[in-house]
Amino acid sequence: MDGTAKILKYEFHNILRSKWMIGYAIFFLVITDGLFRFVGTDAKVILSLMNIILAVIPLASIIFGAMYVYHSREFIELLLSQPIGRKNIYWGIYCGLSLTLSAGFVAGTGLPFLLEGVIDAEYLSALMLLLTAGVLLTWIFTALAFWIAVRYEDKVKGIGAAMLIWMFFTVVYDGFILLVIYWFDDYPLEPAIIGMSLANPVDLARVMLLLKFNVSAMMGYTGAVFHQFFSASTGLGVSLSVLILWAVTPFLLGLRYFQKKDF
Amino acid sequence: MYAGVASAKDLIVGKGGEFSTIRSAIESAQDGDRIIIKSGVYREGALEIHRSITLTGEGKAVLDGENKFQILTVKASGVTISNLTFENVGVSYVQDNAAIKLIESYNSAVIDNRFRNAFFGIYLSKSGFCTIRGNDLIAAAEKEASSGNGIHLWNCHDITIENNSIQHHRDGIYFEFVKRSTITGNHSIGNLRYGLHFMFSDTCVYEDNIFKNNSAGVAVMYTKKITMKRNRFEDNWGAASYGVLLKDITGSDIAGNAFVNNTVGIHAEGTSRNRIAGNEFLNNGWAVRIMANSTDNVFSQNNFIGNAFDVATNSRQNYNVFDSNYWSAYDGYDLNRDGVGDVPFRPVRLFSLLIEQYPTALILLRSFLIDLIDAAESVIPALTPETLADANPRMRRLP
Repeated sequence: MDGTAKILKYEFHNILRSKWMIGYAIFFLVITDGLFRFVGTDAKVILSLMNIILAVIPLASIIFGAMYVYHSREFIELLLSQPIGRKNIYWGIYCGLSLTLSAGFVAGTGLPFLLEGVIDAEYLSALMLLLTAGVLLTWIFTALAFWIAVRYEDKVKGIGAAMLIWMFFTVVYDGFILLVIYWFDDYPLEPAIIGMSLANPVDLARVMLLLKFNVSAMMGYTGAVFHQFFSASTGLGVSLSVLILWAVTPFLLGLRYFQKKDF
Repeated sequence: MYAGVASAKDLIVGKGGEFSTIRSAIESAQDGDRIIIKSGVYREGALEIHRSITLTGEGKAVLDGENKFQILTVKASGVTISNLTFENVGVSYVQDNAAIKLIESYNSAVIDNRFRNAFFGIYLSKSGFCTIRGNDLIAAAEKEASSGNGIHLWNCHDITIENNSIQHHRDGIYFEFVKRSTITGNHSIGNLRYGLHFMFSDTCVYEDNIFKNNSAGVAVMYTKKITMKRNRFEDNWGAASYGVLLKDITGSDIAGNAFVNNTVGIHAEGTSRNRIAGNEFLNNGWAVRIMANSTDNVFSQNNFIGNAFDVATNSRQNYNVFDSNYWSAYDGYDLNRDGVGDVPFRPVRLFSLLIEQYPTALILLRSFLIDLIDAAESVIPALTPETLADANPRMRRLP
């Protein structure tokens, strides 16, 4: 793993030098700070942040990720000519990008909370869950991006596919859930719907966070069923494991492809 | 010696008094007498009062029902009961055993007593012009069937209920067939069913009360001409929990109340010609849920802030008026800066209509797709009631 660490180090240098990474952190900083100024209470800030995070992080991670791999193609080819394993190279580049993206997000979002000094125990766990969800989403969509980028040689095709995947998870999939609810209205759907939301990382993160914030609308009968599943420690454990699985699977798929790929 | 009504005596029960039991004092008391009960625990089973006397405690005088008996039954008018502690009323599935039961009693008063573990606390039946003030009731209700109401009124009129605190009973305050009564400054908290529950109780006034954390909130039914002002309905959460459930309520005035953190702030069914004004709806799941059989209600000058759904309904028609409210979800503009938004606000989201029909769709709350659909619907209403709109939405929170 020595090779991985070395690549990781250079990746960090490289990414931190470029300005867009700083911009990414500042974006979250400005949004969070703005919400504090205009929305007020910390519970509401977290709730509003949730909507932004659920849309922006997947989009940013998947587009950045894909572009990054395309841009680093020459660098990768150079590395391949060195006596370093392909596995190490892939690990190094993936971790370099996903860790800096997560760091940018955590710093940008967390700093205003620290500065406002509003972190009381009640919201601390909600904030932690929000940051965890954001970081996991970053890993998931960066892994997806890498997979796409090594899979498609053509940059335009790759970016297009990345956009489509983002659209699918944030919009199309929910439409599909809606259709299922409409079609199978006569059946007890709650377990099936819980299953379906586990299968989409964006939905999963959203439901997990919503129930954490105790949105009172979720307390009706249906809400109670969801609440029972997701807020129990097993439910939270299952949700987090599924999110991690969502990051690991595309990563391994991408890695396998990368190892066999003919450059 | 004269033996007249005017010569009211003090009868002392307990330490240093001439009576050792309350029963013997009650038996020898005449109209107008005062029985003073010294501190101590009195286990005397069920007591009955048939004369206009005053019963008052000194120190901590406890009347214990030993989990078997109803404690005090009053069958006379002009009776005052104060400063006593009532404990352990017997639970019965057949009779409504109470710590204090007033039957056909007029001009009586129950003041500053403590009730612990009473089945029913204060029970009034066919009574009038009575005052219930400053009592503190705490029970440990676990099941609806084996628990009683804190303050229970049946077929009464002109009753004043002030500054009482009722916790962990079945219903905090329960009225059936009550007229012209005033309920002020009470705290009804953590009750097993409703904080306040009444039906067929016209022209009553409810002011400055707090109903908090009751498992089903507050439900009021089949009643005309209620006045509800400056009450707080707070933290009533659950599948069937309401800040206020209005069923067949007409000609009433609901003003200046606060509805905070309820699953549903106001749920209205068959409810007509009411004025709902100057209320604050804060952080509820649904602020107002109004069914299609409710008509001619006027919602004005209310603040709707941070609710997941401001207004929900089950119909495309609208027979109610929403005017001059403040909606935190309003995103219109005010070019002439008169404080009133230039475009109407439609508080019914398409999504709320959707979950009325498909409750499971709740899982899509705050999803990107739903926000898109809601945005499209608010521009061109196709499914939401087109006339349910606030034409004069306020730009700033109303005081």
